[in-house]
Amino acid sequence: MEYIQQIAFVIVTAFAAYFLSRRIKQITKNIQLGKGTDRGDKSPERWKNMFLVAFGQKKMFKKMIPAFLHLLIYVGFLIINLEVLEFILDGLLGTHRLFAPFLGEFYTVCINFFELLAVGVLLSCIVFLIRRNILRVKRFSGLEMTSWPTLDANLILIVEIVLMLAILTMNATDQLLQSQNAHYTATGSFFFSGLLMPLFENLSGPALVLIERFAWWFHIIGIFAFAVYVTYSKHLHIFLAFPNTYYANLNEKGKIDNMPEVTNEVKMMLGLPQENGGEQQPPAEIGRFGAKDINDLTWVNIMNAYACTECGRCTAQCPANLTGKKLSPRKIMMDTRDRAEEVGKSITEGGKGLEDGKALLGDYITKEEINACTSCNACVEACPVNIDPLAIILQMRRYIAMEESGSPASWNAMFSNIETSFSPWKFAPTDRFNWADELKSEGK
Amino acid sequence: MSDNQHNVPTMAEMAAKGESPEILFWVGCAGSFDDRYKNVTKAFIKILNKVKVNFAVLGPEETCTGDPARRAGNEFLFQMQAVANIQVLNGYNIKKIVTACPHCFNTIKNEYPELGGDYEVIHHATYLQQLIDEGKIILKGGGEFKGKRITYHDSCYLGRANNIYEAPRTVLEALDSELVEMKRCRTKGLCCGAGGAQMFKDAESGDKEINIERTEEALATGANIIASACPFCMTMMSDGVKNKEKEDKVKVLDIAELIAQSEDL
Repeated sequence: MEYIQQIAFVIVTAFAAYFLSRRIKQITKNIQLGKGTDRGDKSPERWKNMFLVAFGQKKMFKKMIPAFLHLLIYVGFLIINLEVLEFILDGLLGTHRLFAPFLGEFYTVCINFFELLAVGVLLSCIVFLIRRNILRVKRFSGLEMTSWPTLDANLILIVEIVLMLAILTMNATDQLLQSQNAHYTATGSFFFSGLLMPLFENLSGPALVLIERFAWWFHIIGIFAFAVYVTYSKHLHIFLAFPNTYYANLNEKGKIDNMPEVTNEVKMMLGLPQENGGEQQPPAEIGRFGAKDINDLTWVNIMNAYACTECGRCTAQCPANLTGKKLSPRKIMMDTRDRAEEVGKSITEGGKGLEDGKALLGDYITKEEINACTSCNACVEACPVNIDPLAIILQMRRYIAMEESGSPASWNAMFSNIETSFSPWKFAPTDRFNWADELKSEGK
Repeated sequence: MSDNQHNVPTMAEMAAKGESPEILFWVGCAGSFDDRYKNVTKAFIKILNKVKVNFAVLGPEETCTGDPARRAGNEFLFQMQAVANIQVLNGYNIKKIVTACPHCFNTIKNEYPELGGDYEVIHHATYLQQLIDEGKIILKGGGEFKGKRITYHDSCYLGRANNIYEAPRTVLEALDSELVEMKRCRTKGLCCGAGGAQMFKDAESGDKEINIERTEEALATGANIIASACPFCMTMMSDGVKNKEKEDKVKVLDIAELIAQSEDL
C-alpha cells in the first residue's frame, strides 16, 4: 500500500512528460514550416537583448502598474518552481519535505518567502481579472478577442490563483499535522498559511491528512496539466519570450529585408555584373515572392506568433486600428499561429497540410488589413517581447504586388509613375530641378 | 542680396570642374516637386549657402529612392530604382549624403548598402543640430519665435525607424521658444498616416483619418507652430490643420524653415 502514491506519481509524471514532449515536437515542427533566416550573428548583443527584454522585462516597464503586477507573477513563477523540485523528489521517493532536514531554519525562511510570493501572485492575478472583466481595459477587447482568447486569458489567471491557494492550504494543514503525525517533518511556522490554520484546526487527523494530500496532489497535477495547457495557450510566452528576444531583429527598424533573388534579376536587366558569377550558377530554386501562406514566412515570424501573449499593446498603438481600420497587429500574430497550428496538425495526421485549399492571406488575413499599415513600427516598438508584426505584413504586400499584381489601383498608378517619371507623382522628370531656378530668381 | 547666396551647384557641374563636394544634398521627390516642400528645400539651401558648406545636388539626375515601391511590396521596382541611383552616386564617388526626407534617409542609409551603396547618410535634423553645435549657426535669442509655442511631430522614419528623437528637438530648443510635447511623442509618437506608401492611396475605411487624430493631439498642446521634419508629415499635418480650420492660428513648418526664418534668410 505504501508504494501506491509513488506508483501513481510516476504514472502521472510519465503522462505529463509524454503529452508535453509531443506538443513541444509539434510546435517545433510548426515553427520549422517557415523558411530559413540567419539570425545567428552578433550573439553578445542577442544575449544582452534576451537578458534585458525577456529576463529583465525592460519593455514591460513602459506601463508601470501592469509591469509591477506582472513582475510579481513572473518572480513567483521562477522562484516557487524551485519548490516543485522538492515536490517531484518527494513524489518519487515517497518522502515528505525532503529538503527540510538538510536546510533546517533556512528551509523555514525559504517557504515563508515562497508563501509571500504566492500571495503576491494571487493578488496580482485577482487585479488582472478585475482589469479584464470589470474595468474592461480597452486593449483586452477587439475583433480578434473572440470567446477562446478571452476564456484562455481568464483560465490562466484562475488556474494560477487556484494553484497558489493549494500551496497555502497544503502548508496550513501540514503545520497542524506536524504536532500529531511523525511523517510530517517539523518545519517551523509559516506566516501566510498560518493565517489559514484556524479554518482547519477543528478537523480530525485523518481529515487533515486527506486535505493535505489532496492539496499536494492538486498542486502537482495542476502544474503538470498547466504545463501541457500552456503549449496550447497564449501563455506560451513564458518560455518563448526568451528565444524570441534572442532571435529578434537587430537592424534599424526602418530597414526592410532585402530579396537577393530579385537583386540578381535586376542586375541582369540593367546589364550589371551579378554576384556569385551570375549566369554561370544554376539559378537557385526561387519560391514565391513574398508571403501567401505560413511556409512563405520565416521561422522567426512563426516563433513570434507562438510567443505572443495577446496583450494588445501593439494594437493599442497602431494608428490604423486607433482610427477604426480593420488592421490589428495582434490579429496578424494570432492568425499566423492559428494557421501554423492548422497546417502542422494536418501534416501530423497525414492530412493535406498546406494543400488544404486555404492560405494565411485570404482565409485568415485580408488585403484590407494588410493595406492599412503605415509601416510606422509602433507595434514593433510596443511589444514587450520584440515581436515584429510588420515583417509579416510587408511580406504579404510583396506577394500581393509581385505575384498577384493585386495592389490597390492608386499604388499601381504610383508604381507606373516611378517607372515612367522616376517619381511617385506624375510630374515631368524635366521639371525636377525647377525649384533651383525659382530659388535663383527669388534671390534677384 | 547677391545671386551667389542662392547658389545650387550640381554634381555634374562639379565633376566637370574636377571638384568634389563635402556633402551631397539629396532633395527627394517631395522636395523637388511638391509646392509646399520645395520651400523646405529652398530654406535648407539658404542655410547651406549661409554657412558656406561645399555641397552639390544631383539636380535632374536624381530619381525616386524606391521607398514607396518597396513599402507597397513592389521589390522589383524598388531595386531597379535603388541600383540605378547607386550607379549614379558611386559614379560621382559620393561619400556623404544629407537629405530633408526621412524616407529617403532611411532607404539610402539602411537599404542601399546591401545593394552596393555605402554612404554616410545624415538627416537634415541631425545636420542642423551639428551646425548649431559647431557654432556655425548661431541663433540670436529673442528672434521671431521667442515665446512661441512649438510642438514637434515625430516622423516614424526618423524616430522609431532610426532612433532619432533628440536632434530635431535640440534644433527647436535653439529657437528660444517654448517646446511642448504631445501626449504621444518620441517612441510612442503617433504616425501622421502617410508612411508605408499610404501617402499614395486613400486610407482603408475606418471611422477617422489618422492625420485628423494626430492634428487634434497637436492642437491640444496649444502650440502656435507644429514643427515637422518630413515631407509626408508636413502634408498630413497641414491638411489636418486646414480640416480643423486653424490655418490662421497654427502653422506647420519644417525645422529648416524655422531656422532659415529666424536667421532672416
